[in-house]
Amino acid sequence: MVSLLLLPSCKSGNGDTIKVGEFASLTGKEATFGTSSHEGTELAIEEINSAGGVLGKKLELLTEDNQSKAGEPANIVNKLISRDGVVAVLGEVASSRSLEAAPIAQAAKIPMISPASTNPKVTEVGDYIFRVCFIDPFQGTVMANFATKTLKARKVAILTDAKSDYSKGLAKYFKEQFIKNGGSISSELSYNGGDKDFKGQLTTIKGSAPDAVFIPGYYNDVALIAIQAKEAAMSVPLFGGDGWESENLLQVGKDAVEGHYFSTHCSPEDTSPKMIAFVSAYQAKYKKAPDAMAALGYDSVYVLAEAIKRAGTTEGPKLRDAIAATKDFEGVTGKFSLDEKRDAVKSAAILQIKDGKFKFLETIAP
Amino acid sequence: MNEISQQLVNGLALGAVYALIAIGYTMVYGVLRFINFAHGDVFMLGSFTGYYLAPQIAKWFPIPGWGGWVMVMAATMIVCAIIGIVIELLAYRPLRDRPKLTVLITAIGVSLLIEYTCQHKAFFGASQKAFPQLLPTGNFTIGGLSFNSTQFVVLSVTLVLLVALTFIVKKTRIGMAMRAVSHNSAAASLMGISNSFIISFTFGLGSALAGAGGVLYGMTYTGIDPLMGVNVGLKAFVAAVLGGIGNLPGAALGGLVLGVVETFAGGMSGVSTYRDGIAFAILIIILIFKPTGLLGSKQIEKV
Repeated sequence: MVSLLLLPSCKSGNGDTIKVGEFASLTGKEATFGTSSHEGTELAIEEINSAGGVLGKKLELLTEDNQSKAGEPANIVNKLISRDGVVAVLGEVASSRSLEAAPIAQAAKIPMISPASTNPKVTEVGDYIFRVCFIDPFQGTVMANFATKTLKARKVAILTDAKSDYSKGLAKYFKEQFIKNGGSISSELSYNGGDKDFKGQLTTIKGSAPDAVFIPGYYNDVALIAIQAKEAAMSVPLFGGDGWESENLLQVGKDAVEGHYFSTHCSPEDTSPKMIAFVSAYQAKYKKAPDAMAALGYDSVYVLAEAIKRAGTTEGPKLRDAIAATKDFEGVTGKFSLDEKRDAVKSAAILQIKDGKFKFLETIAP
Repeated sequence: MNEISQQLVNGLALGAVYALIAIGYTMVYGVLRFINFAHGDVFMLGSFTGYYLAPQIAKWFPIPGWGGWVMVMAATMIVCAIIGIVIELLAYRPLRDRPKLTVLITAIGVSLLIEYTCQHKAFFGASQKAFPQLLPTGNFTIGGLSFNSTQFVVLSVTLVLLVALTFIVKKTRIGMAMRAVSHNSAAASLMGISNSFIISFTFGLGSALAGAGGVLYGMTYTGIDPLMGVNVGLKAFVAAVLGGIGNLPGAALGGLVLGVVETFAGGMSGVSTYRDGIAFAILIIILIFKPTGLLGSKQIEKV
């Protein structure tokens, strides 16, 4: 009985469904990210199944919550691969957690597609790791150019989350490009994700008199930073990356986040037919507007499904090759190809918070 | 110069909240000789009590406004006092004659129980919530320094509560009973003091202060979540040990010192990442040179 339970149950596609594993932060600190990407993923799976599935089989999504905690993704992905026998793994939004799961998928030769992890290290883990989003060197460059050109900032302060690979990476690439543009960094400070008190850092930043403050963190912390910056009577613009995009930023930050900027993967205001169809389907199912994380989750499923079709099998190595060959894919988040480093090459959107909403400002091509 | 005094105010406001919580640790230690690790979670429950009560109280008293704020503070303190008493009654009282280690482990269990229950969707949920604005806030300038009004409220409230607490402990009959139980509980009960009542009262008083700390913390930093008590509780515990565990003014002093050190560390380039590490390093250093804490006095263990 015990030995039976330990046997890996039906490996890749022996059953009448194709099992796809997903790990996401459905609860915990970055819960809105995980929830959004999960909902996008779920929607895509449903659409594909109602259109007949892939290779004559339905897709079966096995979702596990990692509670936004370090340590969990490794356990979960291990379980998904060895016990559930999934043919591919989808996840995560946060780079730190994708980095934890990637070596396991790589060792098992099971392709993993991250919807929204932007730290370059994620796909460097191995040739089975992919992503459908741009990477931080690009995002950092975009934001540095934005600071120089649009904000006309000469002196910028940087406030980094020391606990997050994403935040540290983005800060580094931003700094490189911004200095190349002739700007200077007035002060560089850090916090630990989950902190509530940022007054110490903000007082120093204010003292260094920057033209703008770059905060490449996650929405939870950013909302509190914005509130405390406002209380400290700081009036310079704050700007950051795709870690900002969450309804929670608006709910917690309220008028304190008004007028600030961030870069992200796409805007629901985009008028491409793909985006319009996605927004209306999402709205119908979840009764709310989608965000970039949802769109990326949705795209990651279609990239996988299309690759399974092209490969004609769900066998690890062949499926890997098919995903790697993804070219000119028409996604909700724009048209993109996967490059030799298995990263998506695509444009970034810059949004501004206006009247309690994310407003599209400009698109920047790679 | 401007920046230094600004940081000092930031640090004192943070330290004031630590002080309020540290007093709860120290008082319980004083009467029961054990560390109530669930105390940080009572602080968290205080924040959420304020969060949920504020919209109710706003129906009668305008919020943001002083009247509404006083009501939220008072109601939260009462709720937290009850929570503290109930925790003691259910979890610690049945273990009163057991080894202290048993109670200590139970306290950690209670703490985890509260944290993870509250993260469930049916209670508060795991995501961060924005604490409502209870008072009109503004920035004002004195001598070229700009201050936030909330920080002054936090500091003054802490001061008032500390004075009131000192009065209770030093000048009232029940305070005298508390000191007697702390000194020698067996002798105190021979003198007709109900130990159980005094212990309940101590838990209630400490938890009420933690509740007040929870509301003040929410007002200052806005973001509240079910795990917020872990780190703050740990820091307050450090503050209590720093000041000399069992010593009330020591807990307050320890809190303020810790808050100020942390804020200065947080504002320093290159050091800001190690803010928490610095706080704990200080604890270790002080305890090496002064094992009884800043204001603690030597005690002879009876064998």
